[in-house]
Amino acid sequence: MTSVDSVIRARRDAGGGALIGYLPVGFPDLQTSIDAAVTLLENGVDAIELGAPYSDPVMDGPVIQAATERARENGFRFAHVLEAVSAIRERIEAPVLVMAYWNLIVQYGVDRFADHFTAAGGSGLITPDLIPDEAAEWITASDRTGLDRVFLAAPSSSDARLKTVSELSRGFVYTVSTMGVTGARHEVDAAARGLVDRLRAIGVGNACVGLGISTADQVRSVLEYADGAIVGSAFVSALDSGGLEALKAKAIELASGTRATR
Amino acid sequence: MALRDAQGPYFGEFGGRFVPESLIAALDELEAAYADAKADPGFAAELATLHSTYTGRPSIITEAPRFAEHAGGARIILKREDLNHTGSHKINNVLGQALLTKRLGKSRVIAETGAGQHGVATATAAAYFGLNCTIYMGEVDTERQALNVARMRLLGAEVIAVKSGSRTLKDAINDALRDWVASVDTTNYIFGTVAGPHPFPALVRDFQKIIGEEAREQVLVLTGALPDAVAACVGGGSNAIGIFDAFLDDEGVALFGFEAAGDGADTPRHAATISRGRPGVLHGARSYLLQDEDGQTIESHSISAGLDYPGVGPQHSWLADLGRATYRPVTDAAAMDAFRLLSRTEGIIPAIESAHALAGAIELGHELGEDATILVSLSGRGDKDMETAAEYFSILDSSEGPCS
Ligand SMILES: Cc1ncc(COP(=O)(O)O)c(C=O)c1O
Repeated sequence: MTSVDSVIRARRDAGGGALIGYLPVGFPDLQTSIDAAVTLLENGVDAIELGAPYSDPVMDGPVIQAATERARENGFRFAHVLEAVSAIRERIEAPVLVMAYWNLIVQYGVDRFADHFTAAGGSGLITPDLIPDEAAEWITASDRTGLDRVFLAAPSSSDARLKTVSELSRGFVYTVSTMGVTGARHEVDAAARGLVDRLRAIGVGNACVGLGISTADQVRSVLEYADGAIVGSAFVSALDSGGLEALKAKAIELASGTRATR
Repeated sequence: MALRDAQGPYFGEFGGRFVPESLIAALDELEAAYADAKADPGFAAELATLHSTYTGRPSIITEAPRFAEHAGGARIILKREDLNHTGSHKINNVLGQALLTKRLGKSRVIAETGAGQHGVATATAAAYFGLNCTIYMGEVDTERQALNVARMRLLGAEVIAVKSGSRTLKDAINDALRDWVASVDTTNYIFGTVAGPHPFPALVRDFQKIIGEEAREQVLVLTGALPDAVAACVGGGSNAIGIFDAFLDDEGVALFGFEAAGDGADTPRHAATISRGRPGVLHGARSYLLQDEDGQTIESHSISAGLDYPGVGPQHSWLADLGRATYRPVTDAAAMDAFRLLSRTEGIIPAIESAHALAGAIELGHELGEDATILVSLSGRGDKDMETAAEYFSILDSSEGPCS
């Protein structure tokens, strides 16, 4: 199976960087969200981050909040995440990560999730509200199954915390570009570059930047210093307003920012 | 270890810090500032002066004999947090955290609010200390506690009506956390109850434990003995832990938390978190939680905005599991009966939140008998609830008339 690490490496070796796309499972419905993920992967997106809609998404801004609320109104159940992962993996060879608020994993059972997610062909879990300090059970389960484990690094994190985050992350470090929640921004914060520099200084290989990226120019400029650009709200907005066609166009547009940047 | 010594981040298996990495630095900073303040006698002295010159502490206790006639004849003693400036126990915590905000050198405070009492207290402290203030309040709550919205605005605070999710307290907390993630450099989050990530459960408890410390002495003076039982309503649990704390290691004192049961704890519409929930993670801590099979938070329901919360502070979950405190549900109907009963027997109009503790005390009185003494946390006054009460009783009492 292609790992997110090997995808990021391949992009880096080619002189560019990776594009990682976020979409919530079940938005606007389960089948469309699966088709949408495949559409991204067929049009220049290197890896998928499937969001599990949750009742209390404190890291998310208005666009993703609205989309995940709609997914829940339309009958989203957590088991759909695993269904979506295997459906996507049956159709395409690419890393599929899941981003889930921690209570969803706790209630499913941490070990049970690790087993079922691995069986579905998933490659790793991004945990927006689980810090390494609280992650003992997940660290054991992910070591046992070999799943990637993506923790967040923030501009406000101390050096000691960055060290812990980088040592315990596998796949990449989710580098939060700004002090804020998800959502398109006119400018990607200068804090992102500083944070990636700090991560490099402690030896982080793969640093992917997320929050606020919505244009090809932003992708290009982020990839000047980072290994991957994570795009969420911009894809969700495209899917919401223009369906799979608009999503495809957005993917092609943003992917143009990933090539040979250095 | 004495139960009173529990400091977090964990209370047994509950508590912790389940928040985005972006907030950890702010929580660490707050924890350090608080540790500093605790070690500085000047801090305690400043807070004590504020309480005596501004809050109106110590708050008195009032014996409620005519009310007690309806409670099996047990002695009922009310701890009068309703008499505090701004009308509830919330000010105790807010003044402590406002002083911490000053120590942190921050110029803006934010808070969530349900009933509006914590929002009013925070807006009040912001006015007093000259801080900018933004209050997040679920849209549903801005409607049922409109008077408190007006109070906050008059005090100079910006009130944001939160339109996401269930549009109540839990969503107000989400939006306040989102604000804080983006504003931690200048902003302190004055959290209103003993839930949330460490250090809030311990910190808010420490600022509220004055309720029980005063009451324990006052009851001893009045009756010559400790009470047999202490009763408090539980939303997030701050007034309850505040009055419980001083008694935690008094084995003979039974502790009772009364949760809002809305239409009934066995209906889908309630907020009886410990009685009917199971452990999970919400708003930064592991604790009991109303959630569906998948771990999605279930919307709570209560006539009382301040108790309409699907979570509860981790120390309460721990005390429940230890068996040190007992948590019981009280329906809207029972709370409203007690609300009216206290008004008519003692001339005290309680907050609807506090009325849940009063309804619980009636139940306890019948169980414990007339030799028992029950201390009740009267956490707030009912002025803010007049619209809800008028509507409620004009329906139920149409034949009797409002002033019979
Ligand atoms: C008067 C009063 N009592 C109780 C509560 C519930 O909060 P807690 O459980 O933290 O005491 C509130 C909350 O708004 C309140 O206003």
